[in-house]
Amino acid sequence: MDDTSLGIWGVPLAMLAGAIRVSTPFIFVSIGECLTERSGRINLGLEGTLVMGAMSAYGVALMSGSPWLGVLVAAMVGLLLGALHAGICQLPRVNDIATGIGLMLFGTGLAFFLGKPFIQPKAPNLGAIDLGWWSSIPQVRQALQVNYLFVIGIILAFALAWALKNTRWGLIVRLAGESVDAALAIGASVNRVRLIATSIGGAFAGIGGAFLSLYYPGSWNEGLSSGQGLMAVALVIFARWDPVRCLWASLLFGAAGAISPALQSVGITQGYYLFSAAPYVLTLALMIATCSPERSLRGAPGELGAVK
Amino acid sequence: MSAPSLELIGFSKRFGTLAALDDVSVKIQAGAFHALLGENGAGKSTLVKCAMGYYGADAGEILLNGRQITIDHPRQAHELGLGMVYQHFTLVPNMTVLENFVLSREHVPAVIDWASERKLLKEFFSTTPFAVPLDTPVADLAAGQKQKGEILRQLYLKRNLLILDEPTSVLTPDEADEVLTTLKKLTQDKSLTIVVITHKFREVNAFCDTVTVLRRGKLVGTRPTAELDNDAMAEMMVGQREARAVVERDQRDPGEPVLQVEALSVADNVGQLAVEDLSLEVRAGEIVGVAGVSGNGQRELVETLAGQRHARSGGMKVHGERYTATRPEMIRHKIACLPEEPLRNACVAEMSVAENMALRSFDQPPSSPDGIRLRRAPMRDMARRLIEAYRVKTPGPDAAIKGLSGGNVQRAVLARELSSEGDLLIVANPCFGLDFAAVAEIRARIVQARNRGAAVLLVSEDLDEILQLSDRIVVMFDGKLALQTPGASADVGSIGRAMAGH
Repeated sequence: MDDTSLGIWGVPLAMLAGAIRVSTPFIFVSIGECLTERSGRINLGLEGTLVMGAMSAYGVALMSGSPWLGVLVAAMVGLLLGALHAGICQLPRVNDIATGIGLMLFGTGLAFFLGKPFIQPKAPNLGAIDLGWWSSIPQVRQALQVNYLFVIGIILAFALAWALKNTRWGLIVRLAGESVDAALAIGASVNRVRLIATSIGGAFAGIGGAFLSLYYPGSWNEGLSSGQGLMAVALVIFARWDPVRCLWASLLFGAAGAISPALQSVGITQGYYLFSAAPYVLTLALMIATCSPERSLRGAPGELGAVK
Repeated sequence: MSAPSLELIGFSKRFGTLAALDDVSVKIQAGAFHALLGENGAGKSTLVKCAMGYYGADAGEILLNGRQITIDHPRQAHELGLGMVYQHFTLVPNMTVLENFVLSREHVPAVIDWASERKLLKEFFSTTPFAVPLDTPVADLAAGQKQKGEILRQLYLKRNLLILDEPTSVLTPDEADEVLTTLKKLTQDKSLTIVVITHKFREVNAFCDTVTVLRRGKLVGTRPTAELDNDAMAEMMVGQREARAVVERDQRDPGEPVLQVEALSVADNVGQLAVEDLSLEVRAGEIVGVAGVSGNGQRELVETLAGQRHARSGGMKVHGERYTATRPEMIRHKIACLPEEPLRNACVAEMSVAENMALRSFDQPPSSPDGIRLRRAPMRDMARRLIEAYRVKTPGPDAAIKGLSGGNVQRAVLARELSSEGDLLIVANPCFGLDFAAVAEIRARIVQARNRGAAVLLVSEDLDEILQLSDRIVVMFDGKLALQTPGASADVGSIGRAMAGH
């Protein structure tokens, strides 16, 4: 492969490729968190769910030989962790922030403990759709290798946006997030709505984890996630609790994460670690830019962040 | 739809040792516009909440159209066609009017066809006396439109007996008249029965045909409005008691300007300009009353003066010096501030009364000899003096301030703010939610401050309060000053029109 043949054009191309590859876990986690937060609950434990999903998907794929079975199991594990978070938060005088941090540590710790045997072996990967068949340039072909989960994530983002607006279920989720009183007044069980929303959100995060271990980077180790689950939670705020905007924000973060390898591929090696920090810097910058002590965020669910 | 009659017989309800309702019976005729009148704590809200099934009454029977019914839950009341509109809004702010309406319906389809729902609701609005925009998020509606939306939703849900809990407290007089006039028409057509909780005599006289007065949880009487004049109603409401204390005000000419607001612009919580290019002057020894319906920038103005919010442009001067609402400036210029909702805006709810009273002076002698150590004893002594002087009802200086009633929190904060004999007093809605006695006392204290030469900026949504206290009146509308007039020659009509933006 001739890396320099594209010259400086290799950078935006690599960032596009990165946006497609790196963004997928962001998409799943942020959409899951978006759903959870729209129901009025914060789940900071999604980082733990992501890592647990990655580990269990890898383990199952390794033992069964089927990566898709791994994805399914990761979703189930995520569902259970979400349900656990929701169940604990329903207890009186429980704070969902503290519970979330607890579950984040629990999830990562458990995954490292159970995942020890899977660090060396190689599990089968999830396949990809080759959208670059028309091009003769290898970089383009490589960049347009699109994983099925990426496509599913895009569909999910639009489907969730549609459901929140057009279905009874979606409206009740929003109502639970906006006003507990109003939800009770129409006879909806706020706890049940949040249990379901948090569980589904957990399942999405689990699938995001499966992508990490089964496609990109495509192996299981303890440094796999490096905080992507937490960044995805921050991303939901930046996206103003809108699933489709979560999708765009995830792509932006994916592209930022690809800056550093892209620059390296065209021979710019100075400041490699500095550029590696781009997504984290972006997170911070966005939070500072969008938060203000004098403005409340538009679109923030009314019941969110209420200290109980 | 035909209007039902409702009879409540022998309602009693106790909260702990307090008898909130004691054997109250009311008969509301079909198609009546029935007023429920009483002071704060008279039991009006408790009575209707028992009727609606929010509280379980200790005793009491309900007859609807002469038939005995039981209501244990609000949903039962809704099924019987009883609906309630609250003082505060219950429409969900982040949803559109259309979403709010459809969602509150009994049966919502699993997938909603918005096009047909919108069409149905438009058709419904063509039969109603007023309409609200369907696709606007409720948060963006003006207060009057929100209240109309609340009422329309009740009609949309086919409720034919509406209980309105102080429905006009957030509306301009014109808006209130518009809403009540159309409701009156519906009762005259016998398609609606209305019970309205209010303390505004003007509305009782203009719209209600019957009035029931409650006092301290007991029924005083139910009479046709035509038989009563304001004095008679007031007597039924407050009982035999000395009349409202007339505030003694010295004749004096205003002195030097103390507060000067110059072309001030302030953004609200969503970043839009709430106060726009506003200029205002308050002189020593005068009360400047800022009238206006809530949400026209008054809150942001007060927050800026109190240092809770930054100005976007323009500035403020106190005693001719630039003022940015920092603590040293407030101490130097002797600025006192009684913001609205003092428990939230001027107190630390978990701290004791004594600590809260020391919030302005805790780091100065005698409370702190060197600005580092704190001395409890002087704080407590000062608190005891203030508690006595301002008659704050509290178990003691060490009780948490959040346990006090609203009026007593108000008194405690006023005591703290006025004890320093400030040169500038900023007051916002000081009497909101207080009873007659407390209102008279707090107003007297404000006038006393003026009489001794303080400059007072009084922001209030209560027009009577503004008219009673102000030397000069300004009206705020949409972040700007809409009208300036001397208090003595103020014309209520033109103030009301300015409040409504005409």
